[in-house]
Amino acid sequence: MDSYLTKSVTSRIAIGFSLAVSFLSSANAYTVYVSSEKDNTITVIDGESLEVLDTIEVGERPRGLELSKDNKQLYICTSDDDHVEVLDLETLKVTHTLPSGPDPELMTLGPDGKRLYVANEDDNMVTVVDVDTKQMVVEIPVGIEPEGVGISPDGKWLVNTSETTNMAHFINLDTLEIEANVLVDTRPRVAQFTPDGKQAWISSEIGGTVSVIDTESKEIIQKIEFEIPGIRKEAIQPVGVKINSTGDKVFIALGPAARIAVVNASTFEVEKYLLVGQRVWNLAFSPDETRIFTTNGVSSDVSVIDVESLKVLKSVKVGRLPWGVITRP
Amino acid sequence: MMYRYIILLVACVTTVQVVHAQQEKLQVRIGYLSQQEDVLAPLSLLDLEIEDNGVPGARLANKENSTTGQFTNQAFSLEEAIVDEDGDVVMEFARLVQGGLSLFIVDLPADKILQIADSKAAKGKLLFSVRAQEDRLRQNDCRGNVLHIAPSRVMLADALAQYLVWKRWNKWFLMIGKHPQDVAFADAIKRSSKRFGGKIIGEQQWTFDAGARRTDSGHVTAQQEVPAATQVDDYDVMIVADEGDEFGEYLPYRTFRPRPVAGTQGLMPTAWHRSHEQWGGTQLQRRFKKLAGRDMTPRDYAAWAAVRSIGEATTQIKSAKANDVKAFLFSDKFKLAGFKGVPLTYRDWNGQLRQPVLIVGPRMLVTVSPQKEFLHEYSPLDTLGYDRPESKCKAF
Repeated sequence: MDSYLTKSVTSRIAIGFSLAVSFLSSANAYTVYVSSEKDNTITVIDGESLEVLDTIEVGERPRGLELSKDNKQLYICTSDDDHVEVLDLETLKVTHTLPSGPDPELMTLGPDGKRLYVANEDDNMVTVVDVDTKQMVVEIPVGIEPEGVGISPDGKWLVNTSETTNMAHFINLDTLEIEANVLVDTRPRVAQFTPDGKQAWISSEIGGTVSVIDTESKEIIQKIEFEIPGIRKEAIQPVGVKINSTGDKVFIALGPAARIAVVNASTFEVEKYLLVGQRVWNLAFSPDETRIFTTNGVSSDVSVIDVESLKVLKSVKVGRLPWGVITRP
Repeated sequence: MMYRYIILLVACVTTVQVVHAQQEKLQVRIGYLSQQEDVLAPLSLLDLEIEDNGVPGARLANKENSTTGQFTNQAFSLEEAIVDEDGDVVMEFARLVQGGLSLFIVDLPADKILQIADSKAAKGKLLFSVRAQEDRLRQNDCRGNVLHIAPSRVMLADALAQYLVWKRWNKWFLMIGKHPQDVAFADAIKRSSKRFGGKIIGEQQWTFDAGARRTDSGHVTAQQEVPAATQVDDYDVMIVADEGDEFGEYLPYRTFRPRPVAGTQGLMPTAWHRSHEQWGGTQLQRRFKKLAGRDMTPRDYAAWAAVRSIGEATTQIKSAKANDVKAFLFSDKFKLAGFKGVPLTYRDWNGQLRQPVLIVGPRMLVTVSPQKEFLHEYSPLDTLGYDRPESKCKAF
């Protein structure tokens, strides 16, 4: 008991120290926004002090989050209200909604900041919305239960995953037509392009793998598997995927395994597993990429990871069933 | 709606031209074999008498497979054969085999399944049983050409037992109906009690006649009958075995002692329930309701999972041959996303679909078993039902 206390005090001092260091060393303050699908709230956290600044009530079942290009607005998929809500980040009030099609889950903003691409889980569609005119531009039919949407940095390709069809659909954004369908493992979730646009990384929740697809050939060049001692295979359910801006490290949230896998993007080797909260779904880098924030659904908190030391610094209590997370400079 | 279909069609045509210009479409034909029978009238007037139990689940999965098939150059079809009440299902099966079918969803009682599985026409075919809960079909009477999608009685009983033991509600009183299937459910509960440390402190047969479903002042009779019939030694939970839904619904709130009721009524173990919305289950519930105009039943779910299993296999192996499908379903590559939080797979010792079991109240999901405290060297799902070392099946 004594040694535990000592250790805990020491580690708290260590955390306090590293917090103080990062506070001193960091140039810019930033804010973290977390959606909680059970509580229907957005929790606002100060990225440096990790204090909860505010909790904002929004529509039913908020999940996917995206920032406007000028960082002034937060787009929120309020799934059970069948629209996207737009939160003004100055006043912290919902100013208007966007027509997203039914049951929006995840979305991504095009490089021009004008078009929002939304996956409609209930409707087998990807809906394209003009955020300025607030109009639906077009609906693209895809497989069953569309989920993840990722856009290549050059704005040429949109990759959408469909959970029941088990595919990554490559949609040409000039023609808005599907040009290739890549079969991946069961229940694909998140799609992320590498910064050079040469690969798309697709997580498969039930399949337990991440497929790396070559953008040019549309073929799977690598399938990453995970193995954690003491964790049963079926609890390893990859969902959130984040690739750093230099394109050398990938962070993958493993759901009920309560771990983040840190993957070397050139060797595809898992370098480390970090213990976070239960049912970790999604993650986000701080703007300077020194930290990662993860949403832990079952433990209703956010884990904060120091990217350089690959250590978990702290967990922050948020609303029930946290789902999406995004940071704003 | 029309507009959407046109876009979809265009998209498909483009895909087909680019990827599959030279290839011929793989045809995947699935038969659905069942027989007309008297529909079970639930005791509660709130529940529907379901005329088409099972079939819409298969139709929905076929629709889903077809969507995938448009991208993978495969054509799925479902051929439904519902034989008359006095018709011969074995003959109908042979006729379908003659017509070129080799993959079947069989929605039939245990004896009929065995007759079909043992018939000459069934050699090299693959049957997915979506109704029969009999454990003998997974044990001594197992067949190498029959897979079991519905959980067995023992799996259901184990799932319930794990939760009751987790709650430390260890003392059970069994109230058993008069039909053989009620006795079978009670036997499964007795087996589970030994396995997980429950104690059966007594059992009794329900002797009152079921009577009419609709009666004026029926509640007065029930209020007198139930306390009298349940005046027994103290227990934690009354477990009712009434698969035909003849009296179990009368027990909650009327037992002599203030104790919960579980089993075939009250707190129930089941493969699927209308209240289940975890792990994306909402999507399946909504799709089903849109198609069928009613809630999804456990049998609908089993039929859905069977047809989806075939879809997953044929998409991956690009073959619709029964033996190829079976081999893939037993391989470690097969993982069905069944909206229950973990991949669903098949037990290679008896052909049973491994799956979590929902524990539900009439209007809400309570929990999902296996409970995480029950450990297993291979898969926690194998804490439900007959495990490999207990298997008496030699057909696989």
